[in-house]
Amino acid sequence: MAVEPIRASVGSIGAGARARLAGFAATLRENGFKIGLAETRDALSILVSPAAARRSSLKPALRALFAATRSDWERFDAIFDAYWSGRGVRRAQVARVSSAGGGAAAARRSVALPSQSPQGLPDQVDRRSGAEGESGASPGGRRGGASRAENLAAADVRHILDPDEIAEVHALAARLARTMRARLLRREQARRRGRRLDIRRTIHRNVSKGGTPVDLVWRRRKTKPLRLVVLLDTSGSMNLYTAFFVRFLHGVVDAFREAEAFVFHTRLAHVSPSLRDRDVARAVDRLGLMAQGIGGGTRIGESLATFNRWHARRVVNSRTAVMIVSDGYDTGEPELLSAQMQRLRQRCRRIIWLNPLIGWKSFSPEARGMQAALPHVDLFAPAHNLESLAALEPYLARI
Amino acid sequence: MGELSAARAYITHMSLSRDQISDRLAAVGYVADRDIATALWLMDYLARPLLLEGEAGVGKTEVAKALAAVHAAELIRLQCYEGLDQNAALYEWNYQRQLLAIKAREGAGENADAIEEHVFSEKYLLERPLLAAIRRPTPPVLLVDEVDRADEEFEAFLLELLSDFQVSVPELGTIKAVSIPRVVLTSNGTRELSDALRRRCLYHYVDFPDVDREARIILARLPQVDAGLALQVARMVAAVRKEDLHKVPGVAETLDWAAVLAGLGVHDLRQSPEAVHETMICLIKTHEDRARLTREVTDRLLGKVA
Repeated sequence: MAVEPIRASVGSIGAGARARLAGFAATLRENGFKIGLAETRDALSILVSPAAARRSSLKPALRALFAATRSDWERFDAIFDAYWSGRGVRRAQVARVSSAGGGAAAARRSVALPSQSPQGLPDQVDRRSGAEGESGASPGGRRGGASRAENLAAADVRHILDPDEIAEVHALAARLARTMRARLLRREQARRRGRRLDIRRTIHRNVSKGGTPVDLVWRRRKTKPLRLVVLLDTSGSMNLYTAFFVRFLHGVVDAFREAEAFVFHTRLAHVSPSLRDRDVARAVDRLGLMAQGIGGGTRIGESLATFNRWHARRVVNSRTAVMIVSDGYDTGEPELLSAQMQRLRQRCRRIIWLNPLIGWKSFSPEARGMQAALPHVDLFAPAHNLESLAALEPYLARI
Repeated sequence: MGELSAARAYITHMSLSRDQISDRLAAVGYVADRDIATALWLMDYLARPLLLEGEAGVGKTEVAKALAAVHAAELIRLQCYEGLDQNAALYEWNYQRQLLAIKAREGAGENADAIEEHVFSEKYLLERPLLAAIRRPTPPVLLVDEVDRADEEFEAFLLELLSDFQVSVPELGTIKAVSIPRVVLTSNGTRELSDALRRRCLYHYVDFPDVDREARIILARLPQVDAGLALQVARMVAAVRKEDLHKVPGVAETLDWAAVLAGLGVHDLRQSPEAVHETMICLIKTHEDRARLTREVTDRLLGKVA
């Protein structure tokens, strides 16, 4: 058994080295790496292997083991260097890591390589940023909001305290999820009845009867649920409605089997992971922090471009409905918005644009952004209160 | 656990050191990036599969081919697609032959039990890639290509196979692995893979090769291209990749382009901007991208590159 020497020498690692390695694993976990006991055990094996002799081979070995996604992959080196050559000041390391990550992201954007992995995005909001924001240590300076942003957060808190309303919005989202019927796929599934005979399976089943087809197996089309992707505008002009829609988002992510949520103002942020928190108040609180703009208008076109480039391939497919909630006041170029809408339209099944302003009596969609986007929108509907959202039900059922 | 350490023992027994892998990669003509040799060595050392992620066209599949060449092993490839099921991936009964056998034996007057026993024997089992991979006497390299295209259900099944290396066939019983294959999975990121699968695997992110490495790849693959042209082509492609294109050219496109340029007798990109612009269609895959890369853009890139 060649394994025995490994096991024996793993036993020979001193307690100090074990503790250091455990500390490294803990640091990685704090940074969002998913590391189990098996990985830590294998890391010990690596420490006694020839690879541990040189830093140039130890680092890639541990990286291959501990990283599981592209964002892990990109952040690993900084964390590794900080931990193994740092002075063990964890707080400082974390800060250093996040700033290094930000630098890398900025560098990536400046070379504009379309590496479309959904992970490690320039706009990716760290899951921890919400929690850290409370202590004022939010990375990326997302906390530097204007007074208007603080009003928005305050409005959030006021609304969260009303449990009845939360329940109502949740129930609505759940109803919409049911309404959006399962979509038919081209794939077929063997059934006891159906449209077409499954000849292969029929023969298989009747081999014991000498091949005489006694029991028939049929094929029927398989169904899969429709996926909903919601892009919520959280800019200043929308702030009256943000709290309401944030709760709607939470309901959507909760109730749909496949749903993704994004918020945007000047930048786009993927918020589904934060919304999956079972604790509504905490989820909405986190999102409130993320939704706070750094100020300076709404860039719908740019946010959509980010979405198309980094997220669309993963979250949008031919049975996806994209729901954009925005008033259409775009400070960017309408040409960009139009081009990006067109690109999105080619990818998804339907685009629904909900505009809270339609509810106003004297409304006509005059905003330049709205004009640019409208030709690519399948349904343009009001969304200023619960009733208007509920009115979407029949439409969603027909998608 | 017992199974796993047995598997580990088997592979460790015949594993190569990291430097040996590095040398052999070079010997089989694979121009490796810095850390891939470590990852390939670690696959054997820890008996874990390797998950490769990266853009389309960065050469993920090539890594598996190189790994097979390094170990002089057979490469068994399973291409995933939506709707891939166990019949296509694992095994299938050969119904036609089973039916023939039944008819023949009925004629010979054998009893039903004996016939059934006979037709559900291994003789009538058709191996598909996954079963083939665990039944080879020497461990092959199993390439599960574009695993993100398969359904979640298949991913779960694959995970089970990768941890137990045994398969149960209802009519036949459990088939244990004769040898443990080296498993390479690739993903383009069209769907998020499960955390369980990611954790089970070693991870390597494959990026587009840098200019120097891409030039060496061109030289390794296309002996007719000279070193100067290879470097220019690699620089030019790197510049094109920075343009805002729908489809970023991969390494295969680079090779096509270099081959075309060499075929046209171009030795210096600066000398023949006309030919450069016209042959750029090798790199471009969509109409919009073609429209974006106008003659002016090509000349500008050429000016920067050469």
